[in-house]
Amino acid sequence: MSARAGTGLRRGGSHHLRVNPIDCVAHGMCHELLPEQIALDEWGYPVIGDDPVPPGLLALARQAVQTCPTRALLLERRRTE
Amino acid sequence: MTVATMAPPSTLPRLLAGVGPEGAVGLHEHSEIHGELPAVARRSRKTASPLIDEIELAGLRGRGGGGFPTAAKLRAVVGARGRPIVVVNAVEGEPASVKDQTLAEAAPHLILDGAVAAAGAVGAHEVIVCMCERSPAAQLAVAQAIEERSGASDGAVRWQVAEVPPHYVASQESALVSFLNGGPAKPTLMPPRPSQRGVGGRPTLLSNAETFAHVALIARHGPEWFRAIGTAAQPGSALITLIGPIAYPGVYEAEHGSSLTSLIDAAGGLTEDVRAVLVGGYAGGWVDARHIRALALCEEGLAPYGSRLGAGVVALLPASACGLAETARVARWLAMQSAGQCGPCVHGLDTLAGTLEQTLAGSDASNHSARLSYLTSIVARRGACSHPDGTAQFVASALNVFAGELADHARHGHCDGCRRPGMLPITTELPR
Ligand SMILES: Cc1cc2nc3c(=O)[nH]c(=O)nc-3n(C[C@H](O)[C@H](O)[C@H](O)COP(=O)(O)O)c2cc1C
Ligand code: SF4
Ligand code: SF4
Repeated sequence: MSARAGTGLRRGGSHHLRVNPIDCVAHGMCHELLPEQIALDEWGYPVIGDDPVPPGLLALARQAVQTCPTRALLLERRRTE
Repeated sequence: MTVATMAPPSTLPRLLAGVGPEGAVGLHEHSEIHGELPAVARRSRKTASPLIDEIELAGLRGRGGGGFPTAAKLRAVVGARGRPIVVVNAVEGEPASVKDQTLAEAAPHLILDGAVAAAGAVGAHEVIVCMCERSPAAQLAVAQAIEERSGASDGAVRWQVAEVPPHYVASQESALVSFLNGGPAKPTLMPPRPSQRGVGGRPTLLSNAETFAHVALIARHGPEWFRAIGTAAQPGSALITLIGPIAYPGVYEAEHGSSLTSLIDAAGGLTEDVRAVLVGGYAGGWVDARHIRALALCEEGLAPYGSRLGAGVVALLPASACGLAETARVARWLAMQSAGQCGPCVHGLDTLAGTLEQTLAGSDASNHSARLSYLTSIVARRGACSHPDGTAQFVASALNVFAGELADHARHGHCDGCRRPGMLPITTELPR
């Protein structure tokens, strides 16, 4: 279940966004880049579903991860059995 | 499996066997009651100890509230790299629960035996017993028990006792690890779990004090004995902290799946009419009194009623009290217990408590109930630890069980019950 960087989407695997709520400071930058995947709650913190990131949005998801000022946004690869 | 020198007790009490009204069971008496702890085969580099298989067959689940299978945790520790260490969570941060303190004060050697057996099974040489700063009696009993065992058959186990700050989230597992590593007693993001990377970066077997006590008995009597009582899904017994209008409130050992009414009878019966019962404490759920006769003390028996056994707190609410006022007071306390690290927990729990308080006071804003249930849904699963999730379940159950009271309060403000002193215990300690 380990996420390896740069392996791309292989058959049987999926990418999921997750936020580290301790590091997140409610900048909301991630929501601006990826409103399809990331909503904001009434206090400005991201609400992220557990659905996989569609391949077409992966590049934007990576950009959101890079842009987060506190590196609180995580893109994780999950293998499906 | 070794056979004990006496017939093992197949009925209750198990953990509380031989426990008197005062003072701890000493080492000699402990051996007479339970028999000697069989030597646990130390885990070698290639093979895990058979005790882990026995714990798995016994179906033991953790008693710290999460109900995680203990054998799976042991295996995760064995599978991780590095010399493991064992941590006993005897802190008992929830103010309504006193079962771990009671067990530590009455039968400390059972907890220590379990830690020794588990240490052997995972190949650990060190055990840290975490105790609450504010529980001097339990601390003393454990310190004396460790003293009594010096030179005994504990093999190569080195004991340490850590005094943990009393705020609620300090006893969450990653917070304990952070504290033991010299950091603040606040949760950290998991993974890594303590079993992967815990105290000193080592694989850490962190379990609840009562869990270790069950391990001590499984090591002696085996899995069939353990499963002789309880349910198929939840074998064995559990310590229950029973509070409220009852003749003899206190800590009881109950068979999983036994009825709540049998527990109430064992405690001398009700002394007042009851409006509801809170099971599972402040991360559990309220159940309407009309279901009390149907309630069984196990997860399967409680889930249909929106509740859970968790760490075993059962609080009966007298009919003269206000369940909403109790819920609001505890919700405010839970909000104040937030470690202040995660936005949804900090803002969500504060808003949840505030909205409950406004509703109680009869603010004329409409649709409180929908707003409150939305808030419970938006905080769940959004913190680094499960503190917001537990709070959400607790409040959501109150919205359901006290729906009538909610509408009354929104319209008319505080009721007579609101003016009674609160019955659910809270502390004044804040996270530090
Ligand atoms: C806010 C919070 C407080 C907790 N307090 C305790 C506690 O006082 N004692 C305890 O054993 N577990 C407590 N836990 C659960 C621990 O994180 C952990 O799951 C448990 O100690 C593991 O032991 P077990 O597997 O034997 O249940 C708490 C969890 C949370 C989220
Ligand atoms: S950009 Fe980073 S800090 Fe800002 S809301 Fe998103 S995750 Fe949080
Ligand atoms: S969820 Fe709340 S209690 Fe848990 S780590 Fe985050 S702020 Fe602290």
